[in-house]
Amino acid sequence: MGIAVSAEQADTFAPPVRLHIDGTEISATDGTTVLEAALAQGIYIPHLCHHPDLKPVGVCRLCMVEIEGRGLTLACMTPVADGMRIRTESPEIRLVRQMVVELLIANHYPDCLACSKNQLCQLQQVASYVGIDTQRLARLRRPERRFAVDRSNPFFDYDPNQCILCGICVRTCDEIVGVHALDYAFRGFATVVVPFEGRPIAQSACVSCGECVVRCPVGALVPKHFEVPAREVKTVCPYCGVGCTVYMGVRGNRIASCRADRESPVNHGRLCVKGRFGYQFVNHPDRLKKPLVRQGERFVEYSWEEALERVAEGFRRYRGDQIAVLASAKLTNEENYLLQKFARVCLGTNNIDHCARLCHAPSVAGLAQTLGSGAMTNSIAEIRHAACIFAIGTNTTVAHPVLAQEVIYAVRSGAELIVANPKEIELCRYATQFLQHRPGSDVALLTGMTRVIVEENLMDTGFIESRCENFDAFRQALSKFTPEKVVSWTGVPWEKIVLAARTYAMRKPGMILYAMGITQHSHGTDNVLAISNLALLTGNFGKSSSGVNPLRGQNNVQGACDMGALPNVLPGYQRVDQPAALEKFQKAWGCELSSRPGLTHTEMTAAAHRGDLRAMYIVGENPLISEADANHLQEALQKLEFLVVQDIFLTETAELADVVLPAACVFEKDGTVTNTERRIQRIRKAVLPPGEAQPDGWIISQIAQRLGYPGFAETQPSKLMEEIASLVPIYGGVRYERLENGGLQWPCPEVQHPGTPILHRERFATATGKARFVPVDYAPPAEWSDEQYPWVLTTDRSLFHYHTSTMTGRVEGLKLLHDREWIRIHPRDASKIGVKHGECIRLVSRRGEMMAYAYLSKECLPGVISATFHFPESPTNRLTHCAIDPVAKTPETKVCAVRIEKLPDGTL
Amino acid sequence: MNQATEITEMQLEELLSNFPPEQQELIPVLQAVQAQLGYLPEPAMKRVAEYLRVPESAVYGVATFYAQFRFQPRGRKHIMVCRGTSCYVQGATEILRAIQQHLGIEEGQTTPDFEYSLETVACIGACGLAPCIMIDQAVAGKLTPEKIREILGRGGR
Repeated sequence: MGIAVSAEQADTFAPPVRLHIDGTEISATDGTTVLEAALAQGIYIPHLCHHPDLKPVGVCRLCMVEIEGRGLTLACMTPVADGMRIRTESPEIRLVRQMVVELLIANHYPDCLACSKNQLCQLQQVASYVGIDTQRLARLRRPERRFAVDRSNPFFDYDPNQCILCGICVRTCDEIVGVHALDYAFRGFATVVVPFEGRPIAQSACVSCGECVVRCPVGALVPKHFEVPAREVKTVCPYCGVGCTVYMGVRGNRIASCRADRESPVNHGRLCVKGRFGYQFVNHPDRLKKPLVRQGERFVEYSWEEALERVAEGFRRYRGDQIAVLASAKLTNEENYLLQKFARVCLGTNNIDHCARLCHAPSVAGLAQTLGSGAMTNSIAEIRHAACIFAIGTNTTVAHPVLAQEVIYAVRSGAELIVANPKEIELCRYATQFLQHRPGSDVALLTGMTRVIVEENLMDTGFIESRCENFDAFRQALSKFTPEKVVSWTGVPWEKIVLAARTYAMRKPGMILYAMGITQHSHGTDNVLAISNLALLTGNFGKSSSGVNPLRGQNNVQGACDMGALPNVLPGYQRVDQPAALEKFQKAWGCELSSRPGLTHTEMTAAAHRGDLRAMYIVGENPLISEADANHLQEALQKLEFLVVQDIFLTETAELADVVLPAACVFEKDGTVTNTERRIQRIRKAVLPPGEAQPDGWIISQIAQRLGYPGFAETQPSKLMEEIASLVPIYGGVRYERLENGGLQWPCPEVQHPGTPILHRERFATATGKARFVPVDYAPPAEWSDEQYPWVLTTDRSLFHYHTSTMTGRVEGLKLLHDREWIRIHPRDASKIGVKHGECIRLVSRRGEMMAYAYLSKECLPGVISATFHFPESPTNRLTHCAIDPVAKTPETKVCAVRIEKLPDGTL
Repeated sequence: MNQATEITEMQLEELLSNFPPEQQELIPVLQAVQAQLGYLPEPAMKRVAEYLRVPESAVYGVATFYAQFRFQPRGRKHIMVCRGTSCYVQGATEILRAIQQHLGIEEGQTTPDFEYSLETVACIGACGLAPCIMIDQAVAGKLTPEKIREILGRGGR
């Protein structure tokens, strides 16, 4: 694929090769094929099995050319050479091509006008170029449809009768996606491309990403709904933190299509199922279209004027620390900036937080302590060049699918992949080593590895001496982690830990990827410190394809943190309790600011229970489904005297509100978002919001002005970014006009600065410039299985849903692909309690209960079960434990004790 | 999970332990599985895929490419209908049709009671007895549809 070439490779580029095609001299890059060279010069050579993203296979025989001295040769399989003389046309070539095309058409169902690939079809293009003999074709033709059309996938159909067996889908699924759900089956005339056992695609390993559909040259794989857009708008996918660039196609005021941006430095033309097909929620009839105000048990539609007045009146009553704001990782940077400024200036409180508290707050806290900066140290494009990838606590193929493709690519290029996870996740299929440790034993596992590296003297002593601090104290603390103890805590054999440690220490550069499996623990910050220690020990920093890389969950969770939607820091991680920082913002915003850090997301719940917190403004979040111990939270929200929720749908949380404000979604506004690799990218307005819904920025500004703050009149995103740049050094050089081509990675301190793909190259972002080893202790999870609650429940994600499924739950096809909460339970455990696959069961914890369905699989070890939290009808977070990390205040949603109850008749 | 499949799973694991978990072992492993189980059941192919770290679809692709692999268990009696030239001119088509009707299965299938399985072969080398079939190792020749019903007797529907 045409993906970023590393600097090392770029140096080895040879001078161009000169060759003649049909008498014209052209130049081509050494290493390209004759076909690529010709196509690059605008010379058409017919072809069907060639695709620029895939390795050549030479199966269609159409690109046959004549090369002087070699005779008939396949252009797609022949590398260019200096002085080559090529003829693309001759009677002989014509004969070969004609026969190939006629045989293909003879077996192709001839319904061109009714085919959605009509005029886009490459078989049509080739046939019209080559020319066909209709009489011979009539003799060859087999008009019957031999196969049933597979319509099982909700997003695309597969018609084998149209297939020309070019294998582009098979190779795409293998080479690009790494899934290999399809392959050729049977032989000779019976050959057909099918999934395993010839099953319907929906029942196969297919991940529904649609990569094969966009590459199919004919009408064999076609989207179910395809409309040619009237115009296209370049923006960023609204789902995970990878931040893929997309072109949304629009007809009228409706989003009609979506395609990946092939030029994007993030996704290079690839998307996952949610990104490509998950946009129907935008046009969903449930979208909020008017402000709603509670009157008793029901909501009444209000005008904006009345609703805003109601909100302003409420907020006036609770100014100060009696009120709290939840910002959102779904808002743009500019809106988050505006919202935290609103909390600090208009409401006079630092009580602002967002869902990062429930996910990567330990990364921000832990890495800030050791490295000085709590974000991915390296970039997505570097993953494919790593020699070793250590993926711990990340279900990458599910939560960051496009990024996972880079991991798979690296493995296939020879990288070691060490997966550590309590669940045998999909990524294990590609792993060279798999450590299945007990939920919550990450510190023990990581420090066990650290101990091996120290004992076997595999560390990078030069790096430790010149760039780190506190190594000796750290080294002494390792004595607590004896092999016996580590094995008993983790459940992983010592030999496996030793092998993983040696591999990570010796195969460089090594990249550590991690996500929620590390952070959502009562000792999440310790987990992060243990990761940082391990990477520091091996000197895996400041170089390409190395580092510590927390994979962020939401498309703008990095940005929401950067913008200071956090209770202890102002924009750019400038602490509220540091007088110089506070002074700077007081001056810029022209008012007094509180120097007392505010409440975190989790602390807000306790404060509301105590009655200290009396009002909340929740923007674009649905904590009732996403927050641990949701029953406790629900009681807290119900205790509030005044609750305003601003969202695109009437979420479970919004149903408790006094006022609900209808917001524009990500495709209905302008701004920027910052992805997991710190890349600031533009989002652009594609359609108008439904009804009277308004962009969050406009709503915040309106409330602020009603509270008497004229400083909030500016809502134009590019102007707000200038304000941000003037106050946030890491965003100092960010200007909208600089974001047109692929965005910028922070730190970008000046307008001339090109951005920073790799952090900590010469010095760390700490005060001393050195990284710090921090000794950690092992602590078990706050709750573990016992007689009363004999199972450990860990939470996970589904590929087909996103967070509380506010958006994905309103995409019909995604609902079909994953329709209910399936509890993964080991067959041995299931048989012990007599539960069958598919049976409805009740899960009960000390805090709540829910119903869901048993899914028998060996992904989890006996004694451990897993659930997602995507389904409001099966609210997993009513079970989870709100034991919080003492530093980051993140709840332990990854471990809680439950019991499983069989229902009398096995149904709901 | 019933006992029969448990035993098969154990057999399979034992069999797999004789092969290194490498891609190039695919065909020998499939042959060994078929030698043991008589055919390639779906769970066995899935396990082979997992063990050798080969995609399931690729295992299926390889298995279906070779005529030697079967995807349904053979019956206790295996019928091979000759479609060689001599048998063809002597009415092999009617013989095949008679067997299909009698057993209620198509070529390549097995009766639900696993008594009979049916396939066609190019020539069994008994042209003097055309049209003929083989049931396991025994040849039956000079057949008519009537004789088929006699031979297969109670095995019919």
